[in-house]
Amino acid sequence: MGRYVARRLLQMIPVFIGSTALIFCAMYALPGDPVRTMMGEKSYDPAQIANIKADLGLDLPLWHQYWNYLTGLFQGDFGTQIASGRPVSEVIADALPVTIQLTLYSFAIIVVVGIALGLLGGLRADTWVDRVLLVFTMLLISIPVFVLGYIFQYFFAFELQWVTPTVQSSDSWGQLTLPAVVLAGLSLAYVVRLTRTSVAENLRSDFVRTAVAKGLPRRRVVGIHLMRNSLIPVVTFLGTELGALLAGAVVTEGIFNVHGIGNVIYQSLMRLEGATVVGVVSLIVILYLATSLIVDLLYAVLDPRIRYA
Amino acid sequence: MRAARSMKWAATAAAIAVAATACGSGDNSDSDENKPDGYVSIFHGEPQRALLPSNTNESFGGYVVENVFSTLVDYNEKGKLQNANAESVETDDSKTWTIKLKKGWKFHNGEDVTAESYVKAWNWYANVKNNQSNSAWFEQIKGYEDVHPEKGDPKKDEMEGLKVVDDHTFTVELSERVSYFNYMLGYSTFAPVPEAFYKDPKAFGQKPIGNGPYKFEKWNHNKLIQVAAWDGYKGSDKPKNKGIQFKNYSTIEGAYQDVLSGNLDAADQVGPKDRPKRKQDFGNRSIDKPYAGNTTIAPAFYAKPFKDVDPKVIQGLSMAIDRDTITKTVLDGTAVPAKSFVPANVEGFEALDTDVLSYNPKKAKQLIKEGGGVPGNKIWIQFNADGGHKEWITSVCDSIRKAAGVECLADSKPSFETDLKERDADNVKGTYRAGWLGDYPLNINFLRDLYRTGADANYGRFSDKEVDGLFKDGDKAADLDAAVKDYQKAEDKLLQEMPAIPLWDMTASIVHSEHVKNVKANWDGHILLRDVIAK
Repeated sequence: MGRYVARRLLQMIPVFIGSTALIFCAMYALPGDPVRTMMGEKSYDPAQIANIKADLGLDLPLWHQYWNYLTGLFQGDFGTQIASGRPVSEVIADALPVTIQLTLYSFAIIVVVGIALGLLGGLRADTWVDRVLLVFTMLLISIPVFVLGYIFQYFFAFELQWVTPTVQSSDSWGQLTLPAVVLAGLSLAYVVRLTRTSVAENLRSDFVRTAVAKGLPRRRVVGIHLMRNSLIPVVTFLGTELGALLAGAVVTEGIFNVHGIGNVIYQSLMRLEGATVVGVVSLIVILYLATSLIVDLLYAVLDPRIRYA
Repeated sequence: MRAARSMKWAATAAAIAVAATACGSGDNSDSDENKPDGYVSIFHGEPQRALLPSNTNESFGGYVVENVFSTLVDYNEKGKLQNANAESVETDDSKTWTIKLKKGWKFHNGEDVTAESYVKAWNWYANVKNNQSNSAWFEQIKGYEDVHPEKGDPKKDEMEGLKVVDDHTFTVELSERVSYFNYMLGYSTFAPVPEAFYKDPKAFGQKPIGNGPYKFEKWNHNKLIQVAAWDGYKGSDKPKNKGIQFKNYSTIEGAYQDVLSGNLDAADQVGPKDRPKRKQDFGNRSIDKPYAGNTTIAPAFYAKPFKDVDPKVIQGLSMAIDRDTITKTVLDGTAVPAKSFVPANVEGFEALDTDVLSYNPKKAKQLIKEGGGVPGNKIWIQFNADGGHKEWITSVCDSIRKAAGVECLADSKPSFETDLKERDADNVKGTYRAGWLGDYPLNINFLRDLYRTGADANYGRFSDKEVDGLFKDGDKAADLDAAVKDYQKAEDKLLQEMPAIPLWDMTASIVHSEHVKNVKANWDGHILLRDVIAK
């Protein structure tokens, strides 16, 4: 088990290097010159652009720039933003915690509400409860996230006046509720569908029948035997979804003006801030890898037949 | 089973750890984003760069800089020149300018604003070693080549054209006559800095110390910038509020919602989504005011459709555009049809006596025919897709197609960067969208920097000897009035040559909440922050 984790952690290194290299090349290949753009449409001096580039090492060949970036990274240096001159690590430290908070919040909503509703639908398959849930989830899946965002904003902020339309302070849990619910919407629907199907199917399986025949209380049949076996596909989905939530917060953050990573990535892409984009995306890659490791380990908890040597 | 059990513990531990950190960060909602009493909050975005007068050329940074720093002169709402920190700016020959400062002005840290504060700052800004993006603004001062040679290191630290006479007087000698130099001095890059700046310019850019009406308080990156009204300010235009919060919004739509619900005091833009309903939502709290900026379509004179073109063809294309309808419908009244190459509210504007800028399909067809038609009967309009231009470009193209029978295609570039790159490299296929915001509200800024042979922003590579000659006459004119007149003469000539098709003047769309009053637009479309009163 320990060796398994160590091996997985070691595997992350080539994946990390590969992904940073890919993103680095992609940023390099984007048309446009960030330093030139900084000067705007008005008059500028080409010699000065060359100077700034030389200072930042942007005049070096691609492989050399990448090498500098990697060596810097291992010393904890994420590089410097071209226009603002701020260290990228500072930019990330400002924004990433907010996004993580938002993501965890909506992840918690997905897990708790999604599994509960899915279980309800599965246990009462083909009753009116199940049908209502089906309509509800289909609705969530078919509405694009920005439409949902604007509807919620209108309804809760202007009609009911429960909240302010945008988040006034990005580190407050109360204020993040609305964006978290909107962000959770789509995945929540999927989790409900997945859990419902899986539970409904396992309800008819031999081990449940045996458990019932043994005379186990219903709480135990559902809670231990049924749930544990039904959750494996859900956990797989949740694991990949956490990463998608992190990256997908861009739209929701925009609507509710949450000062998270979404806006930072968008701005940096527009302004061709290579180091910032690579830094942020690499961190998301790491988080993604870490969650997929946790998911794999969770399989063992759910299904004793799965062992890691 | 052993593995599974230990994993269960691990999972529980992880869950607890997550919950604990979550609670730890808790509900400290307060903190630095609350607005102190009497302050006014406005829509803003994160400035691209540190807040230095000489290195800020984009809108968000500029907004803060122009309120923290005062320049020698500035402009009133109508764009008229007036003295600010200067007592007088005088010249006899448009070549040597004598600048006298008002006495008693100080920086926010208590240091006196002297002639030296200006001269030393300008020398630093212009120096090639300091890589300031606005350094080219000083190129007309004698000795600029010494501190900013085309290649290599500077030969001197000081421009010989700048001389300190006494504490409150200095002279500027230009290398050539520039009759409107005093107008340029209102651009924020000519602002002075205190001694503290030179010790650490980088740190200064994060916490600027100026001489303007507002004193810098704090900059929480990506969240807000806060400035307080400074009681030591000596100018006549003292702030009527206690301070300003520049609040960062990632989308203009979010800011609109916040103004509507009273969580934000004002925004100087309205997104396309909310434009049609702004009057309904805000009534008389929605203000539209044309400012010193315009939009044109500029032909690339090296591209196939416009190489050696008869200007009549471009005049024809211009008459095929139904400006009135497009500004009313697609742009929802956020633009006013152009009457000349210069926006209506800058000094030296004169409505051109012509029908070239009005819609007339019949004459459009006729002129294009007389001019020999467009080669290939097809033009393109290049634009950047990230600027919200697509809708009106499509309408302009439709209009040209219908009225003139010329095929017109929108040539979309993904970002401003790529758009600019194509323009730099002379790769524009037909025409490109050109927007120009005045650096100073004078007609010369809208003509010389765009249509002079070799001007930096002349991406269409328009070149006409007669026009250049008239521009030169204006630069050498004895005084400002004469210069403005010469440039007006040049504009008449431009109408015959058509280096660009003027479309419309831009309009600031301001919305504000019930918590503030006396909200007005400045000549540059920004809100006149000093005058806003918090109720």
